[in-house]
Amino acid sequence: MAKSNEPLFWSLFSAGGVVAAFFVPVTLILTGVAVPAGWIKEDDLLLLVRHPLARVYLFVLISLPLFHWAHRFRYVAADLGLKVLGVALPIVCYGAAILGTALAAYVLARL
Amino acid sequence: MSDGTSRLGAAPGGKSKEYLRPVPSTWWLKRKTYFLFMVRELTCVAVGGYAALLLVLAASAHNPDSFHSVFSWLSASRWSVVLHAIALPLVLYHSITWFNLTPKAMVVWRGEERLSPVLIAGSNYVAWVVVSVLIAWIALR
Repeated sequence: MAKSNEPLFWSLFSAGGVVAAFFVPVTLILTGVAVPAGWIKEDDLLLLVRHPLARVYLFVLISLPLFHWAHRFRYVAADLGLKVLGVALPIVCYGAAILGTALAAYVLARL
Repeated sequence: MSDGTSRLGAAPGGKSKEYLRPVPSTWWLKRKTYFLFMVRELTCVAVGGYAALLLVLAASAHNPDSFHSVFSWLSASRWSVVLHAIALPLVLYHSITWFNLTPKAMVVWRGEERLSPVLIAGSNYVAWVVVSVLIAWIALR
């Protein structure tokens, strides 16, 4: 991983941190509390997920937090002893975020 | 700091001449501040894991049958309850630590006066409540 990539990944980490801080808790309460409690019906949630604005929302809420995870996890994993993996660690982390972003774009575009 | 090998002081390739004190991987259990730092850093696992769940939900919406499977898992699976219950305090801790760090990362000057860090963090919290209520209202109305 070239040194010059650091500012790019840090920016994505930071943007993902902001998006996750504002939007993940409420969304998690929706899927983890509102759905099991029956406050939202299956058909209504399907319609909502397929709405163009919700698809943009989901894309942002999948992609940027994945980059947030990738950047934080590569360092914390190294601190916890996975330093032995060397360059494979950042490649796997950022690679997973890039793959997740591509998959999110694909599955949301075809809805 | 750009790769894992140089972070704790080793030169790339491990050819450093300086003595490197071995750091046990349990170093973060030694002090409360280290432990809270580690918890804060590990919140990223909950954030990333939840993004993966949203990806599965989005992929399933292509077809009503697969969406039904994911919806049933969310509404009835014990695993879903356990994972959400573990992730919720972690993502809340992420939000709180993130908002509290904002005034340190972003210093705002108003003329000669520095805008109060409490005001910057406070406006984040207000905005957080507003967007959370708005999104819950959109989803549940």
